[in-house]
Amino acid sequence: MQEIRAELSGSVWKVLVSVGDSVERDQEIMILESMKMEIPVVAPAAGTIGSIEVAEGVAVETGDLLAKVAVP
Amino acid sequence: MFRSLLVANRGEIAVRIVRTARSMGIRTVAVYSEADADALHVREADEAALLGPAPVQQSYLDIARIIAAAQAHRVEAIHPGYGLLSENAGFARAVSGAGIAFVGPSPEAIEAMGDKSSARRLVARHGVPVARGTGNPPRTVAEALEAANGIGFPLMLKAAAGGGGIGMSAVESAEELERVFDQARARAERMFGVPDLLLEQLVRPARHVEVQIMGLNDGRVIALGERDCSVQRRFQKVVEETPARWLDDRIRERLLAAAVRAGECVDYRGAGTVEFLVDPTTGAFAFLEMNTRLQVEHPVTEMVTGLDLVELQLRIAAGEQVDLRAGRPRGHAIEFRLYAEDPVRFLPAPGRIDSWTLPDHEWFRVDTGYGAGSEVTRYYDPLIAKLCVHGDDRQAALARARQVLSEIVVGPVTTNLPLLRAVAEHPRFCEDTHDTRLLMND
Repeated sequence: MQEIRAELSGSVWKVLVSVGDSVERDQEIMILESMKMEIPVVAPAAGTIGSIEVAEGVAVETGDLLAKVAVP
Repeated sequence: MFRSLLVANRGEIAVRIVRTARSMGIRTVAVYSEADADALHVREADEAALLGPAPVQQSYLDIARIIAAAQAHRVEAIHPGYGLLSENAGFARAVSGAGIAFVGPSPEAIEAMGDKSSARRLVARHGVPVARGTGNPPRTVAEALEAANGIGFPLMLKAAAGGGGIGMSAVESAEELERVFDQARARAERMFGVPDLLLEQLVRPARHVEVQIMGLNDGRVIALGERDCSVQRRFQKVVEETPARWLDDRIRERLLAAAVRAGECVDYRGAGTVEFLVDPTTGAFAFLEMNTRLQVEHPVTEMVTGLDLVELQLRIAAGEQVDLRAGRPRGHAIEFRLYAEDPVRFLPAPGRIDSWTLPDHEWFRVDTGYGAGSEVTRYYDPLIAKLCVHGDDRQAALARARQVLSEIVVGPVTTNLPLLRAVAEHPRFCEDTHDTRLLMND
């Protein structure tokens, strides 16, 4: 499982995938919002979404775990 | 003149407006969110009203609460600043409806310029050059591809209801357009509530040149010179200067005249900015958008004209006949935007300001809403301060810019100060031969 962590502090605006979805490398899986900017979070590699650790609207800090991707 | 003014904004622009209003003897009322209780703009104003929690939807964008605060503090006028509600025609109407003067243009002018597609059509009818682009927003990939054939690639895909560089992307090919079109519509809907997109020819290379206009109460629209804002990241400005030294005098005259026409066709009152892209190799220019409010980078215009644009806004909104002639600019002014962001990837970086050392020179102006002990939160935009220098010419202003950028200390919040220093040293910026891609290349 590859972990996807927040690169900045902000809040989770949109979660674009569900657990079990297969994703491509660089596919947007969620969008964070900070300082009036939307910051896409992308899959680091092709795989399957193993878990989603945050919900829309919650605040996140730099380094917080957002999701895990199972990479074949 | 008004005896009282509520400033419906925060940060540096609220501080800046409060200062001019107080110098004119006007009682000032600040509004603030729970996150801004200790903010500079609250301390600088005579009175202050709490709007609500930190998120802008529950505070600075809450029209009903702002009007209620204005009534509770019995103010005669509201200044919207920039961003937030400044280009919201519904807010302008609500303010007037409450019997309070709105410091800005008519709601009709805000609406006419608010939608990029209709603004393009309107100004084009009045002889302002526009880039090749779509008339009606394409709704399907097929319609977009057909329109793109007539425009040619590369092109810009923009949210019709967007502005300030948000919701824009460059599209290089038909395949890319096919891939991103539906996504871009969904994004525009999410961000601006309207999915409509505008396809426009991409001017490249391009310099971003804008014209400061002022609409007077006798119906005249005056141009107060241009600003070059070609140093950008994510289509947002980082460095702005005036005058645009590289611009040919004849092209400058045509730009100023086009900006005046754009203002006249909406019967514009007060301060506004008409933005253009200029191809520096040919001098051809195209209308980009009009911002119907005070512009972030207005201080550089003030530094070379000696005018106070906020004072002019207030006097025009109060119905005064302002005697204004555009004089020759004196010297050269450059503004550097200090952002709380990672200087390499431009990611927002909220944080605390503990150390805060700014030099003091008579040719250096700082507009800021922060200071030692402030917190730059994730709720608002990342602009910490506008650092503005003046010199007899561009070279002198640049030398002074390098000096102040080396003197400033701010931390531990992460800022783009290293990027600003690099721009001030960049050969192409120093030669004035850069274009809007400067920060994308290196």
